[in-house]
Amino acid sequence: MSTTVKEFQPATRTGRLANYLDTRVGMSPIVKEFGRKIFPDHWTFMFGEVALYSFVILLLSGAFLTFFFDPSMAHVTYEGAYAPLYGIEMSAAYASTLDISFDIRGGLFMRQLHHWAALLFVAAMSVHMLRVFFTGAFRRPRELNWVVGCGLLMMGWAAGFTGYSLPDEVLSGNGLRIIDGILKSLPLVGSHLSMFLFGGEFPGYSIVGRLYALHIMIVPAVILLLIVIHLFMVVTHKHTQYPGPGRTENNVVGYPVGPVYAAKAGGFFFIVFGVLALMAGTVTINAMWNYGPYDPSPVQAGTQPDWYIGWFDGALRLMPGQIGDFSFLWNIPMPWGSSVSLPMGVLFPLMPVGILILGMIAWPWIEAWVTKDNREHHILDRPRNAPGRTAAGVAGITWYCVMWAAASSDLIATHFQVSLNDVLYLLRVLFFLGPVIAFIVTRRICLSLQRKDRELVLHGHESGVVEMSPEGGFSERHRNLTDYEMYRLVSFESPRPIPATPGRKGKVSTMEKVRASVSRLFFEERVEPVTREELVEAQLDGHHGHGAVEGDQGNQLGH
Amino acid sequence: MGEHGNEGTQRPSDALEHAGGDAPRYAIDNPGLPPHRPRLADEDPKAAKRAERQVSVLFLISIIGTVVFFIGYFGVGQIGNNESFDVIFLQNLLLGVGTALAMLGIGVGIVHWAKTLMPDHEMVESRHEVRTEADRQVAAGMMQDIIDETQIKRRPLLRNTLIGAAALAPLPFIAVFRDLDNTDNFSDKETENFGVERLRHTMWAEGVRLVRDPTGAPIKASDVTVGSAVHVIPEGLNDLHHGKLNEKAKAVVLLMRLDPAKVKITPGRENWNVDGIFAYSKVCTHVGCPIALYEQHTHHLLCPCHQSTFDLTQECKVIFGPASHALPQLPIAVNDEGFLVAQSDFHEPVGPVYWERG
Repeated sequence: MSTTVKEFQPATRTGRLANYLDTRVGMSPIVKEFGRKIFPDHWTFMFGEVALYSFVILLLSGAFLTFFFDPSMAHVTYEGAYAPLYGIEMSAAYASTLDISFDIRGGLFMRQLHHWAALLFVAAMSVHMLRVFFTGAFRRPRELNWVVGCGLLMMGWAAGFTGYSLPDEVLSGNGLRIIDGILKSLPLVGSHLSMFLFGGEFPGYSIVGRLYALHIMIVPAVILLLIVIHLFMVVTHKHTQYPGPGRTENNVVGYPVGPVYAAKAGGFFFIVFGVLALMAGTVTINAMWNYGPYDPSPVQAGTQPDWYIGWFDGALRLMPGQIGDFSFLWNIPMPWGSSVSLPMGVLFPLMPVGILILGMIAWPWIEAWVTKDNREHHILDRPRNAPGRTAAGVAGITWYCVMWAAASSDLIATHFQVSLNDVLYLLRVLFFLGPVIAFIVTRRICLSLQRKDRELVLHGHESGVVEMSPEGGFSERHRNLTDYEMYRLVSFESPRPIPATPGRKGKVSTMEKVRASVSRLFFEERVEPVTREELVEAQLDGHHGHGAVEGDQGNQLGH
Repeated sequence: MGEHGNEGTQRPSDALEHAGGDAPRYAIDNPGLPPHRPRLADEDPKAAKRAERQVSVLFLISIIGTVVFFIGYFGVGQIGNNESFDVIFLQNLLLGVGTALAMLGIGVGIVHWAKTLMPDHEMVESRHEVRTEADRQVAAGMMQDIIDETQIKRRPLLRNTLIGAAALAPLPFIAVFRDLDNTDNFSDKETENFGVERLRHTMWAEGVRLVRDPTGAPIKASDVTVGSAVHVIPEGLNDLHHGKLNEKAKAVVLLMRLDPAKVKITPGRENWNVDGIFAYSKVCTHVGCPIALYEQHTHHLLCPCHQSTFDLTQECKVIFGPASHALPQLPIAVNDEGFLVAQSDFHEPVGPVYWERG
């Protein structure tokens, strides 16, 4: 061979170690691939990181807790340090939770760190998904990663609920009792499902151990797997970026992993850890020593589930069990004589929950169906430039928030000293009207912001300098935007409604009509991006000294 | 006006075809990355030195935080000596603040380092197709070869029997979960008190005394005053060693006394109360929370979980909230010694509705 590559001779100890690893597991290709990989930088891209770091902290603090927690419902007599419960009969699970808090140094800190991290984990995932939704980052080719994200969110709820129920005190026991009631209400299989879950009748002796297996093994394993898939797909797709100068559909603009991005992201892990530690040290969460061991008889008023469970609970509260004398308990006679029961008061509330979850999962396809847009998108939308989607998203959030608020209906009533019933009546009205109002208002806000952008592009920034012309007229001097500022404001599309088109047989299907009407709802009123002609015209206008003209020519509304 | 000129030509389908981006799409062409603006530390060595010192101070704060943690861990409170809780909360505070400083010192320090000293030139990388057409053809060819080599298409017998086997093989792993509820195996099938039927029965039976929850003290009719509400369990519940909570979850009862004239009593239930003392199941018929709140002026019972409200004067009919049927009433009487006893079990299942309830 004429060309030989001279083999690398490490000179330092670190070099020798790196070379040892490289020659065994192949580090060079990994470094080559990722060492200088470019990641776009924007503060809204941090939420996913917060979620990931919270999960790491959950694993660390959770591992500590498993060493001390005893997931058994066997009766024990509490003899630990917490005097008010000394000598009381309780389950081993509750006793060991008390031990963690009062007899194990740092146990209370770890418990609170774990609980706060769990709340932050779900919160960060939720906000991350809102960012992805409102910027259209779920569009092709990232639809499947959106679904993986939905899976992560739901597994986050599951992890939270299974963990929340482990201490086996009054609060979590009543939470489980609600789960038992919901399970039992399911048609045909409900009572059996409940008995399978609880190992017989509620509460039984099995549930804590079973939830523990789910909580520390199955659910986290699924979450880990989904995270791996999620990040793998992020690498495959490369990150999206916001529109702006220099950014195109074909490039990624940002900072290299080494050193800048790694430093910022790595440092950010410690910041998230620090903030959670501060909360765990200073803000009590789930003071379960106040509640006492689970007993089916007592209950506290004004109790609240963890925040992400709230909307399920609120949906249950919103539903009237009876309207007048009409009961939503339907007893349906069967041909063989007996009758079966359908508690629609419990089953109906599962519908908005299911609609929101399924709508969220299916949204990438719903939107592509409405817009007939199947192109790849790597440049994000500014939310105002997709008024239909933004309005639909805010409508969904509003619906969610009405249910969420309903879970606190009693606290709202006591805090604001209004009638509990009135709070619920109002929320029932908002349940139906809120999303509609939110849709309309949000779309108007988006259109107004788009018009503001047009104004800026065509007439520049208001300078605050008022000039008097020789003729005596007053006008404000405007400062033109730079190309960099301007490009961000003009580089978007404003799709038009796509009318229903006949299918292959020349017939317009009902689905196509539905699609066309949704398309009209989304895009009928629209604001065009500024065109070249308009820009030239506006600049000419400006040169003629009419820079201050507040023309409405830019405000083109649809037909 | 400019956009009107466009309106005729730019139909939606046209808009989609702009994806390639060859034609000028926007009012101005992409001006490219803005010029880099140097930071203070890029040009002024003094500023860079200052940033270096700031970062090291942050790292030092982290070290102090770790020390604070150890002070909290070893220096404050020996648990197990029945220290007051203030000590435990002080220790928790020190652990939290110490960890926070330790972590934030490192985190803020590194981020500050990255922002002030590491280069902040934006870099550009090009995207690649998720898959190239060439790759796809190779992959499709490979898959075709693999399938051909298995001969599964040529030999449908193999395919069909494999499908059958694969469909059946997982079933044992589903069936094996049947004993998630194995309590049936121990219950008494003679009394129909097994399976779902168990939900119909509680510990209440003729002559079982009503006792206070949790003390177990029996109750005389005269003990129950107008306006009061007594939390009740069946006598003998506290003596159960196994399944006490299961029985209690079904058998808890709320006892209230009011003027019997105020209550509209259904025919057939006239003798279910004792001089205006009524006993109702305490388990909400919505999803089963204990109904713990009694408002004596209005005679309303309120479930604190979902605010179902039941009116005692209408035999605990639902007047508000998500529950859809009345609380079951426990028929009670007075025994020879003057204690309150049950006449029978509830006449319908207590608690949340289930499919087989009928």
